[in-house]
Amino acid sequence: MIESVEFPHLAHRHNVFGVPKTVINDRVYLEGALPEALFVDRILEASQQTAAGGGR
Amino acid sequence: MMGLLNEADRKTVQGRLEEMARPVRIVYFTQELECQFCRETGQLLAEVVSLSSRIHLETYDLQVDREKAAQYGVDKVPGTVVEGDQDYGIRFYGMPSGYEFVSLLETIVAVSRADSGLQPATREILAQLQNPVRLQVFVTPT
Repeated sequence: MIESVEFPHLAHRHNVFGVPKTVINDRVYLEGALPEALFVDRILEASQQTAAGGGR
Repeated sequence: MMGLLNEADRKTVQGRLEEMARPVRIVYFTQELECQFCRETGQLLAEVVSLSSRIHLETYDLQVDREKAAQYGVDKVPGTVVEGDQDYGIRFYGMPSGYEFVSLLETIVAVSRADSGLQPATREILAQLQNPVRLQVFVTPT
């Protein structure tokens, strides 16, 4: 959990304009709350992208 | 010093913490200068810890206790680790107040019970992950 107001440089780097915003592996972005099953899908997607593409 | 939690808050928090099972350790990283909310965060954590004999608080200075900070991968202050029988990788950066205070209490209980509360199907999928995943959830206090 990152408090956006206290760490504005991180919020800026990840284009946080609304909360909650979740950043997975610094590459997949989720805005707002998602149902658990959809959230897990995005985690898998980010993990596969990371494995395929290495660090960004 | 005046408490951040009033009497009613303390009762509510105490009630939540009764759901704990195993002990939990809060490892708090702070620093003296250039940290607007470090002092208040430390005070808030101390008040929470005072409400349960099953929570222990360790406080370190990010600048001085570099080895500890590296061990926990903490690179910002205020930085709060909530760990139980193992370190689940949960970190709070910034003061956990407002809605985040509720998140902190829920985290303490979940870690204590070693139960994420996730559905069985979710756990099955996550168990297949080959590499560590880093989730950063950006929040605001209100």
